[in-house]
Amino acid sequence: MKLADLISLNYKLLEVLSRLDIGLGFGEGSIADACASHGIDIDSFLLICNEYTFDGYVASSDQLANGSPSDIMKYLHNSHVCYMSKEMTKLETLLQTLLEPTGETQKKMLYKFFHDYKTEVKKHFEYEEDTVFPYIRSLLRGERPDGYSMEKFEENHTNIDEKLGDLKNIVMKYLPECCDPIMRNDALYHIFRLEEDLYRHTLIEDHVLVPMVTILESHE
Amino acid sequence: MNSERKNILLVVPSMLVARGLEAILDSASEFRVSAILSGISSESIIRLKNTGADIIIIDPIIFDYSSRANARSAISQYSDAAIVGLRTVNMDDESWKQYDETINIYDSPPAIVKKLRSALAIHQEAPRSDGDELSAREKEILVCVAKGMLNKEIADQLNLSIYTVITHRKNITRKTGIKTVAGLTVYALLNNLIDYSSVE
Repeated sequence: MKLADLISLNYKLLEVLSRLDIGLGFGEGSIADACASHGIDIDSFLLICNEYTFDGYVASSDQLANGSPSDIMKYLHNSHVCYMSKEMTKLETLLQTLLEPTGETQKKMLYKFFHDYKTEVKKHFEYEEDTVFPYIRSLLRGERPDGYSMEKFEENHTNIDEKLGDLKNIVMKYLPECCDPIMRNDALYHIFRLEEDLYRHTLIEDHVLVPMVTILESHE
Repeated sequence: MNSERKNILLVVPSMLVARGLEAILDSASEFRVSAILSGISSESIIRLKNTGADIIIIDPIIFDYSSRANARSAISQYSDAAIVGLRTVNMDDESWKQYDETINIYDSPPAIVKKLRSALAIHQEAPRSDGDELSAREKEILVCVAKGMLNKEIADQLNLSIYTVITHRKNITRKTGIKTVAGLTVYALLNNLIDYSSVE
């Protein structure tokens, strides 16, 4: 399949490409070409795209066994970076412009809410970067670190979607009328997109990374 | 008058107890046993939904041990009726408190009738989920939540059961779409239900 056809099928995969450092301008190149020239395992790439595109997608155990946990981690890590730098900053800017005409206390309150949300997401990602990913890397080196397993990750995998959902409802339903409707839409579009993106991100963690690593654990 | 009799649904596995309750309630002119179920199956849940009962008297023994403590909420999913528990088993006080009223199998007939009246009265004060706007009571509870109060503290201050507070909170979240305490605080502030100084 041509990479261009893949994007036509689901343009939201553009985000996936950029997180895997696959640039545009690929001409008539196939998915296999792009994966080969960027050093990405094709099974892992397809797993990410399928999970990102189809609701209720269930990966086969062959796909999971053939995929590369390193590539999935690379994608997840780059997503984390992208959320914290690009997406959050953009959302913050959008909110600042949007809230410009509101009162002092309203601004203060909403900034505090946003800041708390950001801290929560940051902590969530840090746990994965500092605890889960190093554990998986040592498994891949053939070590068996004590005191941690994927089961623990699943237990600790917290919800980070609630506050974003709240923010969505607040912007949509409860901001004072002095807020510009077009800016309000801009902020809402961004929140809706971020919400879906984070949802897909969690699916890739829970439905791809976790079972892959569980297979690794059982081989020990 | 017959038409004003309150319908009662019995969910009681013992026919002895069921018939006994039926006899007692028939002699009181205000109640009528409209149906008897011996347990909760998928079929009887349909009846639970459609029976239009004003009161459900339920023997918690029909639930297995692990789900018994949450029996009341399980039933509330299917019916808006007042729920009265029959004390045939030992459970801790908290589990009994979720019921609008409880009946002991050794209660006298007048005591049972009195308890059913009180169950109806308590239930009428309990939160209804009608409409999409927050009710005055829900706003009152929202303010407490925004100030950081716990369910228990809210229940004590407003003289409600914890169960009622939780139902109100569920309705607030369902209506506003806001799930977190931080989000509800923003909501309360934007709607001028609190001022910033009370949450700072």
